[in-house]
Amino acid sequence: MDLSFSAEELAFREQVRDFFKHAPVTEVTALIANTDTFKEGTIRWQKHLFAQGWVAPTWPVDHGGAGWSPTQTYIFETERVTAGAPDILPFGLKMVGPVIYTFGNEAQKERFLPRILDSGDWWCQGYSEPGAGSDLASLKTRAELNGDSYIVNGSKTWTTGAHLADWIFCLVRTSNEGRPQQGISFLLIDMNSPGIKVNPIHSINGVHSLNEVYFENVRVPVENRIGEENKGWTYAKALLAHERTVIARVADSKRRLEQLRQHAMRETQGGQVMAQDPVFRSRFCAVEIELMALEYTELRVLSAQANGQGPGAESSLLKIKGTEVQQALHELTLDLAGIYGGIISDSLTSGDTGHEFGDQARKDYMYGRASTIYGGSNEIQKNITAKHVLGL
Amino acid sequence: MHFNLSEEQAMLQASTARFIKQQYPFEVRQRHVALPEGFDRATWEQFAELGWLSVPISEASGGFGGNAADTMVLMEEMGKGLIATPYVATVLLFGGLIDRGAPAQLKESLLEPLISGQLQGAFAYQERQSRHNMADVKTTATRDGNNYVLSGEKTLVLNGAVADHLVVSARTSGDQFDTSGISLFVIDANNPELQKTAYRLMDGQLVANIGFNNLNVKATQILGEEGDGYDLIKQVANNTILALSAEGLGIMNKLTETTREYTKARKQFGVQISSFQVLQHRMVDMFMACEQTRSLMYRAVCSVGSDDAERSLHALKFMIGRNGRQVGSEAIQLHGGMGITDELSVGHYVKRLMMINTLLGDADYHQQQLAHISLPE
Repeated sequence: MDLSFSAEELAFREQVRDFFKHAPVTEVTALIANTDTFKEGTIRWQKHLFAQGWVAPTWPVDHGGAGWSPTQTYIFETERVTAGAPDILPFGLKMVGPVIYTFGNEAQKERFLPRILDSGDWWCQGYSEPGAGSDLASLKTRAELNGDSYIVNGSKTWTTGAHLADWIFCLVRTSNEGRPQQGISFLLIDMNSPGIKVNPIHSINGVHSLNEVYFENVRVPVENRIGEENKGWTYAKALLAHERTVIARVADSKRRLEQLRQHAMRETQGGQVMAQDPVFRSRFCAVEIELMALEYTELRVLSAQANGQGPGAESSLLKIKGTEVQQALHELTLDLAGIYGGIISDSLTSGDTGHEFGDQARKDYMYGRASTIYGGSNEIQKNITAKHVLGL
Repeated sequence: MHFNLSEEQAMLQASTARFIKQQYPFEVRQRHVALPEGFDRATWEQFAELGWLSVPISEASGGFGGNAADTMVLMEEMGKGLIATPYVATVLLFGGLIDRGAPAQLKESLLEPLISGQLQGAFAYQERQSRHNMADVKTTATRDGNNYVLSGEKTLVLNGAVADHLVVSARTSGDQFDTSGISLFVIDANNPELQKTAYRLMDGQLVANIGFNNLNVKATQILGEEGDGYDLIKQVANNTILALSAEGLGIMNKLTETTREYTKARKQFGVQISSFQVLQHRMVDMFMACEQTRSLMYRAVCSVGSDDAERSLHALKFMIGRNGRQVGSEAIQLHGGMGITDELSVGHYVKRLMMINTLLGDADYHQQQLAHISLPE
């Protein structure tokens, strides 16, 4: 048991610190915070990371990744959060990319991976359907083989960023034989294909990031299928385990805790800062402790991965605890804002409304409710853990 | 960066687990606890032969010189077996203080018999009013020529009724709550002038209140410099918190496993009760409570001596208290009526876990200590 960094790792940390010192963090963060410039800011930041060779930290070097060890990834994430720099978008780089280099053929790797790496393509994820949420395997969007193409009909929902996307990776039904999981295929679909319609879903934080996506006789070349027909569930499952570890967002929660601490040292009541309020202190430390534990739970998962294990069922634990901590931080920040948490700033600045973080606390809290629902709801994660870890 | 056990640690883990499996089933444990001293002397001597009594004692003092991870491995297994011995009092507290603070001759005369299982020790620090604050010391030690004169009363001295020697914290200067001015003295526990009242705690261990009424102690019996005892107390207390937490973690894991097995065996409504989703989710919560605690255990062990050490220790002891209570309560609940019987092991594991929470600062106390660091006044 040893968590000390080697000389090489310490040198790497210096390199990362130097990178963030000279990176355009302030500019891209401002762009990303605004819905209208979100895509522009995200792409600019990812291109900056790409130029450094760091946009795909865990991808193998052969596929254009950095091939970092878990320790390096941990160091990078810690420094990223300290610098206040944004995370990359997961859909291309963390989700479909690994599926393509693991299960795709050479032509698919050559065609898609470079454009994921340089942010030339914007990806979204087509899993959930109006009738297939927690019971994802019951999905009904059909793909029927017609010559050298599939004809896709159906609809997907909760699709983050579909209105901005160039491509969507989809689970579709190619067979009704056997168990529901056995008739699913994994397709890569061009969002510019005729027959695709995207409708916005406005969420309770007042922001549009989610969409419904409709497919009406959409023609998808067979060469866009990953792996074998009817084996899509296997590929998706490998991805889901990875997605859950991504959703934990431990490093970002550390930053949020630090911001909460700063706010609590400024908000006052009865002439005393809230950081000295005994109830607040107790709640703050309870979240802090859970997060301190989670940080090491993540390290344990990362180091198990480095030893060639997982991420398996333990990623459920990371997802559940990670999202619980996120929500606890949202709640505490909103409660700290008090009545100012009700503010809708719209075009006004915090200077106009007179409160620095009330509007953002409300948005984060409202949208944050989704974290225990997406990526497989926390209740589903508990089912998975009960079955695969506890053998119940 | 890795969380693997070393070869030696894996061997220690295996040998402890083997001992429990072959020689220390729950019935034996119950028989030992019922003995007048609350433990079995022969088992203690076996621990000495197995080398366990020397694990946390430094090599310079003739011990194994184990680090925090070595002690963790041993204590976690002891927790799983619900081993009832004065390991915490004699080896970790008394042995730790002597190892770090005693002059060479005293050290040799005490640690050699301790490691060979022939000497029992205790650390008398608790006072009626002091709660979790180890600096709250009213017992006084006044210099008188070549002696100190001790007066006051210590409460709930772990192993205090059995110990051959005691380390006593007493105030040589300063006010009641000052961290400076506390001195540590080694005294012969068999001195007839000591007033001892022995009683049991809920986990079965025998403790004592010990009164000192103008007791003369040779000045050579002091550990370290006069008035500087608190730093030594903190060091030893912190090491013991790590060890107690590891024992607690072992208990939590054992309770979760016992509960899992029970729900698979128990049938109601014609099916295994483990098939009910509401119970499955509660057991997943127990499992997660254990895993999060294990993460803090590793964090605290890996950060010994670093900037993160104090924070990690407070976080760990908090979580042992809180998550331990959750796991304990759930284990009883999921065992149904059987869970509240004295016959079943569950309640005994829970009671030891409850004592571990209250020893050396409970969850609330450590949360407050963490708050002093995270949100400084």
